[in-house]
Amino acid sequence: MQMHNTIRDEVLLDVRSLETHFYGEESVTHALGGISFQIMKGETVGVVGESGCGKSVTALSILRLLPKLTARTVGGEVRFHGQDLLKLSEQEMRKIRGGKIAMIFQDPMTSLNPVYTVGHQIAEAIQIHTGVSRSSALTEAEEMLRFVRIADPERRVSNYPYEMSGGMRQRVMIAMALACSPELLIADEPTTALDVTIQAQILRLIVDLKERTGTAVMFITHDLGVVAETCQRVIVMYAGRIVEQASVMDLFARPMHPYTQALMHSVPDRRRGRQSRLPEIPGIVPNLRDPIIGCSFAPRCPFAIDICREKTPVLRDIESGHAAACWRSEEIVCA
Amino acid sequence: MRMSGPLLKVEDLTKHYPIGAGFLRKPFSAVRAVEDVSFSVEAGETLCIVGESGCGKSTVARLLMRLVDPTGGRVLIDGTDIAGLKKHELRAYRRRMQMVFQDPYSSLNPRLTAGQIITEPVENYERLSRKQREALAADLLHKVGMSPEMMHRLPSELSGGQRQRLGIARALALKPSIIIADEAVSALDVSVQAQILNLLMDLQQQLGIAFVFISHDLGVVEHLGHRVAVMYLGRIVELATCEALFAQPVHPYTEALIASAPVPDPTRVRLEAPVAGEVPSPINPPDGCAFHPRCPLAVERCRIEVPPLVPMTDGRVVACHVRAPASGLQAQSAAERDCPTVRLAGANESIRKSEKPNIT
Ligand SMILES: Nc1ncnc2c1ncn2[C@@H]1O[C@H](COP(=O)(O)OP(=O)(O)OP(=O)(O)O)[C@@H](O)[C@H]1O
Ligand SMILES: Nc1ncnc2c1ncn2[C@@H]1O[C@H](COP(=O)(O)OP(=O)(O)OP(=O)(O)O)[C@@H](O)[C@H]1O
Ligand code: SF4
Ligand code: SF4
Ligand SMILES: [Mg+2]
Ligand SMILES: [Mg+2]
Repeated sequence: MQMHNTIRDEVLLDVRSLETHFYGEESVTHALGGISFQIMKGETVGVVGESGCGKSVTALSILRLLPKLTARTVGGEVRFHGQDLLKLSEQEMRKIRGGKIAMIFQDPMTSLNPVYTVGHQIAEAIQIHTGVSRSSALTEAEEMLRFVRIADPERRVSNYPYEMSGGMRQRVMIAMALACSPELLIADEPTTALDVTIQAQILRLIVDLKERTGTAVMFITHDLGVVAETCQRVIVMYAGRIVEQASVMDLFARPMHPYTQALMHSVPDRRRGRQSRLPEIPGIVPNLRDPIIGCSFAPRCPFAIDICREKTPVLRDIESGHAAACWRSEEIVCA
Repeated sequence: MRMSGPLLKVEDLTKHYPIGAGFLRKPFSAVRAVEDVSFSVEAGETLCIVGESGCGKSTVARLLMRLVDPTGGRVLIDGTDIAGLKKHELRAYRRRMQMVFQDPYSSLNPRLTAGQIITEPVENYERLSRKQREALAADLLHKVGMSPEMMHRLPSELSGGQRQRLGIARALALKPSIIIADEAVSALDVSVQAQILNLLMDLQQQLGIAFVFISHDLGVVEHLGHRVAVMYLGRIVELATCEALFAQPVHPYTEALIASAPVPDPTRVRLEAPVAGEVPSPINPPDGCAFHPRCPLAVERCRIEVPPLVPMTDGRVVACHVRAPASGLQAQSAAERDCPTVRLAGANESIRKSEKPNIT
């Protein structure tokens, strides 16, 4: 960590009190309840949390890609190089997307156009952001497919998305995102459809790219193994809020929020008997329609006491560089 | 009325997708997605399929569901070849077989609400009152850990993992005898995943559901699988009980695969040196054993002859000239034979550990 001190100090992305709502016919979903975090230049930050906790919405809010009619970011700032992205015009924003900030979407089929070949789509992304000629963009597209370990790239460029396997489509998305050497890569579950060997290669590619170009990565994933192997810092979300934030070493060694502890306990483990029941977290996530009073994890938390149901715990440093939003973190961690 | 024999039997299943075909063009070659795949699944059993991206797992799933027609081979359910089924017979079989698709979003009708999506399969077979429909939807959503109010949402209004769970709820709605689950829990965080896996194991116990469970998550496979088929470039290269496979992989690819799984422990440093090798292509598969360009054990024969699946004494089958020579029943472990352990290119490189503090 010492060797990174120089670039560590430079904040690339600074998200402050970001708040996003979805408007339904008769109700409002408070998908993000004010989250704040920073990503340094060249840093890889993992974002983990229960399905539906707001990880993708965070990414889409940063890039302002939420559905126009039903969603709105109602508060906060997204400072990128000090400039608030929420204040830019749509035209300025379009230049940043896919250029300085690239995103790998969770669902490849929704972001790949089914009627164009993958080569065409990668080439187009390259052309828009670098202005090279059509033919050299196509050559580069082929190179990018090879780069993400797709065999036979010279033939695969003329594949339509449906002609590829799930993992190949995901790698096409990765190729598109990396094609323009972004400063910040937001990767939303980029390796979920990949087997472990190709996943390892793709992670290696992202790490290489990072070292070569100093790209910072916001890595949304549910795979704690991937987090452990690639990230320097981890953000844990629950019900639209950040509940814990720490270096990867601290988080795995001493999780301080009961949700994080329960999460780590649920990993299928070879030492547990096969076919046995896996530990679950009882109950389900709170409905984000009703305003949450107190700690949102209280209904499922084994440590909940009265104050938890009355007052919302804020994210605070329990130890230096290790923050948690829990009234009882100190006790829990000592126990 | 169940006949004796396996619930599902697959014989020499093969699928080639023509490529380069198009208007006024002749197909010049094919993607050999699946080659001579055979296996069977008993009622109440979970057969897992693992293998590299693009090796043909989803194609096998689609062939089982008869969503694509095979180039060769047969799929038998209770001894009946599904290729010969008439429309109404196929309908009855479809009711017994459900699939969870790898790509949740494109497999969900974007114009239907979550509630409509999960009750639709049932309504294909019986009429439901509005009340019954809502009760069914609420029950299924609850089972997959979602709140009943979500039944009014469109797929686009759900998170990735919520969509995936919708696909699972839909597959469960008809209480089928067999579920083909293609990367069905890949988008779920471990706690929700645990809940879904527990649900699937419970249903299997209660109703005797069989699963064909395609997954790249070896932890999940080891936990809930009874047997595992390992595929490489369209073919099964090893098929064994879960216990045997994880305790002692025999095929060099299986061994490499198990060694590549990421481990949730940031202090663990991977030091193993990688073995160089190109990812193979099903358009232009290598001659002989498809794994030979990446296999450190490869001998001359591997470049020429496709290794047959050979039964071993512990009941598994393995396709490898070196570790499972076709001369007869084998019972050897890597250690006994003093073979080098196998690693795949890139798979085991230590991913920049230098920037993490050393914990001593
Ligand atoms: N268009 C929408 N309309 C209404 N609610 C939405 C919409 N999109 C997302 N949501 C809700 O917002 C919450 C956060 O969703 P998000 O997609 O960020 O979850 P996530 O953390 O990425 O989960 P996953 O791991 O399952 O992908 C969810 O509860 C989801 O149902
Ligand atoms: N409709 C199609 N037309 C042409 N080729 C196809 C089609 N569907 C699949 N293929 C090819 O068949 C091969 C096997 O694909 P399949 O989707 O079965 O792989 P998979 O094992 O499921 O991979 P993944 O783990 O990435 O999902 C791939 O090379 C793919 O490109
Ligand atoms: S604040 Fe209370 S309810 Fe919330 S996580 Fe901490 S102990 Fe549990
Ligand atoms: S047959 Fe030869 S190349 Fe193939 S896995 Fe066995 S040793 Fe390796
Ligand atoms: Mg998401
Ligand atoms: Mg697939």
